Amino acid sequence: MTTIHKFGATPISCHAWSGNRSELALSHNSKDVTLYNAKGQGWEKTAVLDQHDLRVTGIDWAPTTNRIVTCSSDRNAYVWVKGPDGQWKYTLVLLRINRAATCVRWSPEENKFAVGSGAKIISVCYYEKDNDWWVAKHIKKPLKSTITSIDWHPNNILLAAGSSDFKVRVYSGFIKEIEPKPSATPWGARMPMGNLMTEFSNSPNGGGWVHAVSFSPDGSKLAWAGHDSSISVADAANDMLVMKLKTNLLPMCSLTWIRPNTIAAAGHNCVPYTFIVESDAVKLGSAMEEDKKKESSGKTSAMDLFKNKDKLGQNELETKLNFTHQKQIAEIRIVGGQKGDVDTFSTCSLDGKIVVWNLKTLAGQMKGLKI
Amino acid sequence: MAKNTSSNVFRTLDVDQYNEDNYKEDNDSTDPAALGPNDTLITSLLAANKPVEALTHLLSGATLGIKDQAARTASLTLAMRVLMAIKASQIDDAVAQLDNENRDVLMKFIYRGFEVPNEGSSAHLLVWHEKVFTVSGVGSIVRVLTDKKRV
Repeated sequence: MTTIHKFGATPISCHAWSGNRSELALSHNSKDVTLYNAKGQGWEKTAVLDQHDLRVTGIDWAPTTNRIVTCSSDRNAYVWVKGPDGQWKYTLVLLRINRAATCVRWSPEENKFAVGSGAKIISVCYYEKDNDWWVAKHIKKPLKSTITSIDWHPNNILLAAGSSDFKVRVYSGFIKEIEPKPSATPWGARMPMGNLMTEFSNSPNGGGWVHAVSFSPDGSKLAWAGHDSSISVADAANDMLVMKLKTNLLPMCSLTWIRPNTIAAAGHNCVPYTFIVESDAVKLGSAMEEDKKKESSGKTSAMDLFKNKDKLGQNELETKLNFTHQKQIAEIRIVGGQKGDVDTFSTCSLDGKIVVWNLKTLAGQMKGLKI
Repeated sequence: MAKNTSSNVFRTLDVDQYNEDNYKEDNDSTDPAALGPNDTLITSLLAANKPVEALTHLLSGATLGIKDQAARTASLTLAMRVLMAIKASQIDDAVAQLDNENRDVLMKFIYRGFEVPNEGSSAHLLVWHEKVFTVSGVGSIVRVLTDKKRV
């Protein structure tokens, strides 16, 4: 079943859940981040984080250390820590970029985070204890355009970045000051900081911006969604084979792995879809929601029919989409479970709703659901 | 007054080329030798009244991303001849025989055909558009818009 949470009618551009999933941070496409606490059936507003000057573009909440990082078009990122008095204290992180920050993600061990920006730079930031300060290291080559999305590999070192130059790149985000040298992975053995491990082009024809990237739970595969309505998966264990599926749907904006071989993606179609990854191809699974066609009441008289035809040029007034979300979905986040073993996930959309999808009950309800 | 007030030549200089932030595309130019579909083969198939086969050859042979305008116009004219030659009743079968890649290329040709309407061409193209759309959905139209290498 799906649980719908309404937060007004303004678009929700990004959201993040706390570690215990009782708190939610979201931004309504503005410079503020609002924190809510689950209270009974509804939500109680607990805090407003309003240090940014311009629109907040990314929020990420580290589950174990309970730190929130936010990045914004004002070229800054703030790390928020909850003090003993319950107030959120902020620390400015100097990213040293001269364009907007577009996306931010904590690393799996939460000792560093990566920020993508329009300055063709990825800033990997870590905490330096001596100076009580977050230091940013830059990854520059060979980025040629804005980074649109970022995802960390489970080994806490590798980083995938999707960009608007139609390419997906895997970099090493190794910071020698804070962590030991990593062991070899299918993506490569030598991992100095900023090293480009591999690069994938979305399509030989150009193919549209890359909207979202995600490593598989074991880190051997990398999935991305492009604006040419395609989902692609690269398999490092299989000699960097790229499997691409060009869908018949509108482009997807966000994706994640819900099973070791299944991806859930959502975007301009306003409903999440599943994609099954087989050994040499990606196949469309199913939509997570059936097209709830409203049955016409049957009592529409002939007069009403012609009245509508005259006034509106069509038989009935259908402005509502037959799905839960009425506008495109901006982000998918895992709520219950881990990547690869997800019980519930949430989608936030431009219609102001956050919908939590429960896979178990959905599988029971929808006969055609392929996970 | 400033010294140089008579000449306006400086206005013709394109300052954007000197901007460091400009996105420079990868110049993987298409091999000019691999130009376009085989004209003679397709014309002969059309003459032999086998327009559906001509269509398959046209689409498999079409190269995307050719910079030469004359070649692109020639390729478009050829494509239009083939599309017009296939009757409305045969379109369904023709589309069903194509694979996904070729359907995307076909959709690109259809939209290019819309750009230069001849008599009666748009109406026929609309029928084509509808048939391809039923099979390939909005995805193929999105790819017409996003693929950088035009047909």
